[in-house]
Amino acid sequence: MRATVAALVRKDARLELRAFESVPAMLMFSVSTFVLFHFGLDRGALAGDLAAGVLWVTLLLAAVLGMNRLFLAEREQGGFDGFLMAPVDRTALFVAKALVLFCFLVAVELVALPAFVILLLQPGPGQALPELLAVLLLADAGIAVVGTLVGALAVQTRARDLIVPLIALPLLVPVVIAAAEASAPLFAAGGAEPFPGRWLVVLALYDAVFGLLAYAVFDFLLEE
Amino acid sequence: MATTAAGDSLPAVVLEGVGRAYGERVALREISFALEPGATVAVFGANGAGKTTLLRILAGLLRAHAGRVVVLGAELPREGYRARGRIGLLGHEPMLYRDLTVRENLRFHARLHGVEEARAAELVARVGLAARADDPVRTLSRGMTQRAAICRAVLHAPELLLLDEPLANLDPGGAAAVAPLIGRAAGPARVLISHDAEQGLAEADHVLGLRGGHQAIWAPAEQVELGDVRGLYA
Repeated sequence: MRATVAALVRKDARLELRAFESVPAMLMFSVSTFVLFHFGLDRGALAGDLAAGVLWVTLLLAAVLGMNRLFLAEREQGGFDGFLMAPVDRTALFVAKALVLFCFLVAVELVALPAFVILLLQPGPGQALPELLAVLLLADAGIAVVGTLVGALAVQTRARDLIVPLIALPLLVPVVIAAAEASAPLFAAGGAEPFPGRWLVVLALYDAVFGLLAYAVFDFLLEE
Repeated sequence: MATTAAGDSLPAVVLEGVGRAYGERVALREISFALEPGATVAVFGANGAGKTTLLRILAGLLRAHAGRVVVLGAELPREGYRARGRIGLLGHEPMLYRDLTVRENLRFHARLHGVEEARAAELVARVGLAARADDPVRTLSRGMTQRAAICRAVLHAPELLLLDEPLANLDPGGAAAVAPLIGRAAGPARVLISHDAEQGLAEADHVLGLRGGHQAIWAPAEQVELGDVRGLYA
């Protein structure tokens, strides 16, 4: 399965580098939203709960753009048929697509997070950066798992752009809550406060539960 | 070639009373035939007669709603995993990523099928695409894209070839170049959809004629007249 996952990831990376369809759109959305919040809220800076809420809702909505397009090439260019006729473990497609979406999110955050700090956050996360990175990685994993599952379901329908947010956003509410609760103390106005580690456990549990669930049902989503 | 434990060769395809509907619309009804290994069946029928549906059922990409489908000894869809990797499909769509080059597309499919990448290079050369192998598929002409799609379909040396208008968009030179790969001499059993009655009959051992999803003709090719085939389009 590892070779199949590697082939699929390499193919998707090449397609993204050639066509620039997902990451630039996700990035533009994130940065534009931060700019809008910067002017719309008319505040010098955000902190605490509000800053965490703005960050996670923006990243989640940007992720929806990536989910919408995750399986588009497979659907429109016959990739599904080619894959389904190959003698490979079909779950490899789920693992590969989740990895790709995870990498897209990380790539977006590499630019969007500094933009968020510059435009909206005072002071920056400073010493709390490692904790923030842990929250980001666990939340990204949850978004990638659920996003892949929903993307595969939605791409089979004509109302793809409607189905993805309709199903993915309610499923990802726990991720937003846990990620916002975990990162709010890191954005405190007076500098980072003690980090509530239990929210990391919640995120890790969410990732594990939905990862197993998606692994179990993904094969059926590919069936006609 | 599929064989039994005793070594006897199994039919490449067995259909018994196969039917398929899309909602209320019946696309195929009561289709039954068997195709021996290495034999070719030419499928004729007007647009909407059910030819593409039949091909997708044989490829394991669509479920039959009625009847029994056995491909290369594997009953579909229950034993579909046994047929995967042994069927080559050349449909309306080339099943190639437009932003990848011909070489990258074939390398990707070679990895999925566990085939040596050298095989992809060999096929590209055989169909006369070597000079354009590093160009994105979206920059190729329709004929060149068809040649690349044929390379993709035969890359893993399938035992059953499902061909939907395989020579569409090909010039005489292109058709001659791909003939050894998908023609009768290529070896695998073939299900060949064609609208060219003369060419289809010349290529086939059997003829399947579809009219409105029904099996209007099933006969050895030598017993079928051109007029019988043309009558399907009337």
